Amino acid sequence: MTTRPERHRSLVVVSAGLSTPSSTRLLADRLAASASAALTEAGDTVTIETVELRELAHDLTDQLLTGVPSERLEQVQTSLAAADGVVAVSPIFTASYSGLFKTFLDLLEPGLLAGKPVLLGATAGSARHSLALDQAMRPLFAYLRAVPTPTGVVAATSDFAGRGEAEDDLSERVARAGAELAAFVRAADGRTVDEPRPTGGTAALTPFEQLLAQARR
Amino acid sequence: MQFGIFSVGDVTPDPTTGRTPSEAERIQAMTAIALKAEEVGLDVFATGEHHNPPFVPSSPTTMLGWIAARTERLLLSTSTTLITTNDPVKIAEDYAMLQHLAGGRVDLMMGRGNTGPVYPWFGQDIRQGINLALENYDLLRRLWREDVVDWQGRFRSPLQGFTSTPRPLDGVPPFVWHGSIRSTEIAEQAAFYGDGFFHNNIFWPASHTRQMVQLYRERYEAYGHGPAATAIVGLGGQVFMAERSQDAVRHFRPYFDSAPVYGGGPSLEEFSRQTPLTVGTPDQVVEKTLTFADYAGDYQRQLFLIDHAGLPLAEVLHQVELLGERVVPVLRREFEARRPAGVPSDPPTHASLREAGEDSPNAHVRPHERHLQEIR
Repeated sequence: MTTRPERHRSLVVVSAGLSTPSSTRLLADRLAASASAALTEAGDTVTIETVELRELAHDLTDQLLTGVPSERLEQVQTSLAAADGVVAVSPIFTASYSGLFKTFLDLLEPGLLAGKPVLLGATAGSARHSLALDQAMRPLFAYLRAVPTPTGVVAATSDFAGRGEAEDDLSERVARAGAELAAFVRAADGRTVDEPRPTGGTAALTPFEQLLAQARR
Repeated sequence: MQFGIFSVGDVTPDPTTGRTPSEAERIQAMTAIALKAEEVGLDVFATGEHHNPPFVPSSPTTMLGWIAARTERLLLSTSTTLITTNDPVKIAEDYAMLQHLAGGRVDLMMGRGNTGPVYPWFGQDIRQGINLALENYDLLRRLWREDVVDWQGRFRSPLQGFTSTPRPLDGVPPFVWHGSIRSTEIAEQAAFYGDGFFHNNIFWPASHTRQMVQLYRERYEAYGHGPAATAIVGLGGQVFMAERSQDAVRHFRPYFDSAPVYGGGPSLEEFSRQTPLTVGTPDQVVEKTLTFADYAGDYQRQLFLIDHAGLPLAEVLHQVELLGERVVPVLRREFEARRPAGVPSDPPTHASLREAGEDSPNAHVRPHERHLQEIR
């Protein structure tokens, strides 16, 4: 019997919660743990890097204004580019993802999330906001050419009540979504995706004569 | 090594008085800064080119021609010449004329321009920015180097038996820099032709500047113009000085805080940490500027942005004096002390190009092809 050699997987978790601790971070952690458990069970090793956008709020505004990321924001963008899978969780504000969450995505290099498995999560004051995930977040990630799992997880305040049907239901959704992300990450093995535009190094450079020929076509 | 001033040419209110200079005042301020640059021993004055308010320099060769007539030694340049929206034929004519009037004291920096609406005013489309820069510059190179040009391309009407006049002074086309912040295609373009590469680093961290300049240097060597360390590199930088550093910070902060390009973003302190901005004593400016060579390699041209954020002319002229008297003499000495043998101090000039003749990449439309023939 042959077993596949153990693979290392990196998950980057993006949480746009504003309070500390926040229910958004709580959900993000549960989703990450679920995906990590599924990957570990399949024989992979996993590292999880969690990004709290609250801590980067000023850096994000600065990049909007100057066009240049701060050192730590650039580190986060680099980690995200290298991630095997992403967990992205936003609170639902005014019927959609939060402005902070969108700003973070607005500032990514075009193509950075292309082909990347993403688990979408959202938190809301009530379950009446549940469709915001499928009707606002999912199209956003479609535009970014990311690959969201079929299950996205919305947790409303009632889900965190800690008893009864609602809680069981949340745990079930978290487990299903985590397993889906793990499966997507493993399925993405060796598949080539669009690389982000290089900002240096000669590896991905088009030689000049070819550039000029393309320009004149 | 060459040191100088580059100006954007923006009309910006002085935030401490609320007063906005008129266009006439701003234009005269730019020329006064250029004359002061020569007076205090700087080498270069470069003007931007813009075709929308609040900027005044829409006609760079008119301004540079006026300055040329009033100066003896100052090298006149651009920061940048819009290779995308200008007709390359008109660039060839205008700058050859300027070259004659200035006795060869002219070079140019090509740039694309990042203001979308400007492109259609000149019949172009910003989405074709890189392609315009590539095709237009290749034509410009021919216009200056071939007496009669037959040409057909994508972005302008064909040329049949066209001669651009006047021919370049002494048959030597002006040296060209390519300015870029993050487009690797432009670094590749500069390397291909053996032209200079100017990285406008004023908003960027050292790590990014290092990467872009390194890319250009490697490709310069790959195209056979010489070792990477000998490629021709220019950098920017912005400074504000006073005798005591706390006075510099106190005086400049209101300008920084409300400047259109800085205001509302990172603090002056953060911005100074992350970018070339130096607000302090002349010695601090020397210290910081010397670090540029640590990450970009020993380079040939340093341009300072001084007349920004609405600073009044008298203050700007004072800053130019400080540069000329306290900063640049030390930088000249220190940069030469650390420069390895074989790395040129100066970028090519009219005199050096005339002397080099056919040996210079600047003499050829496609110098790379000639290097290949030499190898064979």
